[in-house]
Amino acid sequence: MTMRRLINLKRVEARRIYLTYAVVIAAYVICQVMSSTKFLSSSMRGMLVPICAYMVMAVSLNLVVGILGELSLGHAGFMSVGAFSGVATAILLQGVIPFAPVRLAIAMIVAAIFAALAGFIIGIPVLRLKGDYLAIVTLAFGEIIKSILNNFYLGVDSGGLHFSMLTDTTRLLHGGKLIIRGPMGISGIQKIATFPAGFILLMIALMIVFNLVNSRSGRAFMAIRDDRIAAESIGLDITKYKMMAFVMSAALAGSAGALFAMNYSTIVANKFDFNTSILILVFVVLGGQGNMLGGIIAAAVLTILPEKLREFSEYRMLLYAIVLIVMMLATNNAEIKEFLSRFNPFRRKEEA
Amino acid sequence: MTFLNFFISGISLGSIYAIIALGYTMVYGIAKMLNFAHGDVIMVGAYVCFYAVARYELNPFLGVVIAMIVCTFLGIIVERLAYKPLRQAPSLAVLITAIGMSYFLQNTALLLWSSNPKVFPSIIGRGSFKLFDGNLSISHITALTIGVCLVIMVILSLFIGKTKMGKAMRACSEDKGAAQLMGINVNATISMTFAIGSGLAAVAGALLCSAYPTLMPTTGALPGIKAFTAAVFGGIGSIPGAFLGGLMLGVIEIFAKAYISSQLSDAVVFGVLIVVLLVKPAGLLGKMTQEKV
Amino acid sequence: MKKVLVCSLLVLAMSASAFGAAFKVGGTGPLTGGAAIYGTAAMRGAQIAAEEINAMGGDIQFDLRYEDDTHDAEKAVNAYNALKDWGMQLSLGSVTSKPAEATAAENFADRIFALTPSASSAAVTEGKDNVFQMCFVDPNQGTASAQYIGEKGFAKKVAVIWKNDDVYSKGVRDTFVENAAKFGLEIVSETAFADGNDTDFSVQLTDAKEKGAELVFLPMYYQPASLILAQAQAMGYAPKWFGIDGMDGILTMEGFDKSLAEGVMLLTPFNADAKDEKTQNFVKKYQEKFGEIPNQFAADGYDCVYAYCQALTQAKATPDMDAETLCPKMIEQFTTMTFNGLTGENVRWAKNGEVTKDPKGMVIKNGVYVGLD
Repeated sequence: MTMRRLINLKRVEARRIYLTYAVVIAAYVICQVMSSTKFLSSSMRGMLVPICAYMVMAVSLNLVVGILGELSLGHAGFMSVGAFSGVATAILLQGVIPFAPVRLAIAMIVAAIFAALAGFIIGIPVLRLKGDYLAIVTLAFGEIIKSILNNFYLGVDSGGLHFSMLTDTTRLLHGGKLIIRGPMGISGIQKIATFPAGFILLMIALMIVFNLVNSRSGRAFMAIRDDRIAAESIGLDITKYKMMAFVMSAALAGSAGALFAMNYSTIVANKFDFNTSILILVFVVLGGQGNMLGGIIAAAVLTILPEKLREFSEYRMLLYAIVLIVMMLATNNAEIKEFLSRFNPFRRKEEA
Repeated sequence: MTFLNFFISGISLGSIYAIIALGYTMVYGIAKMLNFAHGDVIMVGAYVCFYAVARYELNPFLGVVIAMIVCTFLGIIVERLAYKPLRQAPSLAVLITAIGMSYFLQNTALLLWSSNPKVFPSIIGRGSFKLFDGNLSISHITALTIGVCLVIMVILSLFIGKTKMGKAMRACSEDKGAAQLMGINVNATISMTFAIGSGLAAVAGALLCSAYPTLMPTTGALPGIKAFTAAVFGGIGSIPGAFLGGLMLGVIEIFAKAYISSQLSDAVVFGVLIVVLLVKPAGLLGKMTQEKV
Repeated sequence: MKKVLVCSLLVLAMSASAFGAAFKVGGTGPLTGGAAIYGTAAMRGAQIAAEEINAMGGDIQFDLRYEDDTHDAEKAVNAYNALKDWGMQLSLGSVTSKPAEATAAENFADRIFALTPSASSAAVTEGKDNVFQMCFVDPNQGTASAQYIGEKGFAKKVAVIWKNDDVYSKGVRDTFVENAAKFGLEIVSETAFADGNDTDFSVQLTDAKEKGAELVFLPMYYQPASLILAQAQAMGYAPKWFGIDGMDGILTMEGFDKSLAEGVMLLTPFNADAKDEKTQNFVKKYQEKFGEIPNQFAADGYDCVYAYCQALTQAKATPDMDAETLCPKMIEQFTTMTFNGLTGENVRWAKNGEVTKDPKGMVIKNGVYVGLD
């Protein structure tokens, strides 16, 4: 299926896709080898899983921002839904499925389902709007999700699952366990997220997105992005396609959230705030909208950068800000961009 | 009476949002960019005012004027260095640069002024007007903020509506290319917009910190986001809309805390925003633009 | 700017002076962002202690390093790993609770002993034999506050205002509310706030006032508390106020009107105005160096380093031992030793890592702390 589609593609597109897969696989192999030969520092090794999660986030947001052309400022909200539902699932399955990778996989699937559901519910009102108004409504939903999760309690005992809002009124029986504790989030998470799992999730995300983009739906997305009115006039059901991309993107973000959360022993809703949404948007914009590989590289670079700046102690975040601004200027200023594009082997030939 | 008191608290909170939102909406209306660093320019303004008043014991109003001058220059420099080179770039690139600028300002403030919170001296004292035998009180700072808001709103509206520069701004807002063809210096006009917006931010900073007197490097960030919400609420780009949106957001926030749940007030505020945008997709006073084929 | 430069030079000089035979002690804390004040204070307190100990030239020398975690669990683990790469032998955990939970799990897995200055949530030490706390654990503060208020008969009707998205505030609030009835307190009003709506407290205060609360309990840090005090005065509400250790620092805020805090009671282990020589010496040094008056975070950081010094001396540990060798020795020392520091006399640790020390009830009179007892 994938192959046939790829063969039908323009060669430059196909090459771009193969290159993305090749780079991701090569990077994985190199990191894995370096990690097993203890060549990688603890600091780098500790960042492998979060980097994978951020890469998946970048791919997923790219679907909305780059391919669909709508600005979303609340993407961390879906990550949050996925993180909490995924971790809760993993904790519930702890006794049932002792084999961690299977538990992780199920948790990520459940996370994707919950996040997709959230994406669908949010998509109904959001996708009626456009431009900056759509952006602000996604921001609003991100904040609402954070606020609700900060007041959400979930416990389990022999009588089953119990949940409550605002205060803990779950009244668990003896031996019961409170899993989500409002603003205190989830504590004592078993760290079952692994680098190979992150790599597999990233590959799956890429396959889904490339398949979608190079299908009939994908062409519809891009038609909507490039000229909404023209797309509408040829009879494209804009809401349907927008919803499809939005829900798909939310589902991927949910899995990434579950992966991310299970790399730490604790998680709180405040982690997935406006700043995290913005961080992911920065990956997408810096990597080039619609450019999956670019977003992936940007995610890695911008996660490692603040760590590499540690030697500058208190000037660290200041330098980070400066580097961010300079990178944006360098990649978006027409003169510099023209200069850099000479070195790009995949530059489209100008058509006469 | 409690209800009225809550209403007044809401107005006083809202007036702060309104004055910040004015700066947001003006820059957006003309330069068509979301200047996320606006909240941090407010913070810088408040610090300058703090040092002028608390350390050098200047007259508070002189302090505000100094803060305005500093912020105006800061606005011009930021615009020249970070936004101007991106005039032709996609709007998202400018948005990210603005966020980078916001981090930059926050971290510079952290290095310069340390993370210890400072208590801002109120520029007009902490008194209040008592009504109905003291059952209802409106603090002086609230009255002043609303007054300043109204004055700024009127001046801005007149400036944009009547002066030549204002006309140029409106032209840029409608169509940059056409404005250029008509001999308007688009670059200078946009720089001017930033200068005015940043000057306003200094006033907002002084008022914000007079009403809620703790000052930290992150002081501007969250009110900035709230004010941005207020601006969208009222119809971004519309100056009376920013005022109305700010006041309404403040009142809704206080009422949500009082009558629904103090824990979920943010969710309620944003929920109302979503409902309003669904009914009126361009905000309360925003203009719906008809797309042409 | 100059100050910053001096600081960084100092840090450089410190690590240079301690080359060779020194214990590498590392900690993470928020040095940038909204919570920077806590991390910076703990780091500076620890720095002063390390310099003092190094200057004495004894067998125990410290090489101290703090990394920024921006009050975020993910960044804290990154910072922890950076410290591990540096060769950290003893850890100061993290300064704030949630990041500390995350790094404590790493400490436990790597067998690197940790003593956190100020991460007070119970989950930090739970189930980890090698993670200890220098500060009170949150639940204890809640219970102690309820007991103190009830036994001293300060009030019957109590209001609580707490920060809904903060682990520390929530932890104290929970046990306070749970135990209030036991000490004859009736909670008449309970309201919350969160990041982003932490400026206007009129609703919370009106609720407390209308329901006739005689005392308002404020389990939070001093910065929002200062706003609450100011707004209560503006609306003419004057209940008794009771705070916890996070309230310490309110008097030293630049520009704060101390009359607002008149009569505020708080349970705190540290008091910068205390007359004992140890505290005065520390406050003087801190002020000379950083131009600010230290708060309890700084004192906790200071005590941590001295506690390590004592434990290492008693265990006859040498800097060439690796972290895994030091870990059981430290566990043994910390569960048996008694420590006297700035934040308490006769401090002891339980097996689960919790500290036992007496909270001191303080009341603010004429702009200074006075013992309540």
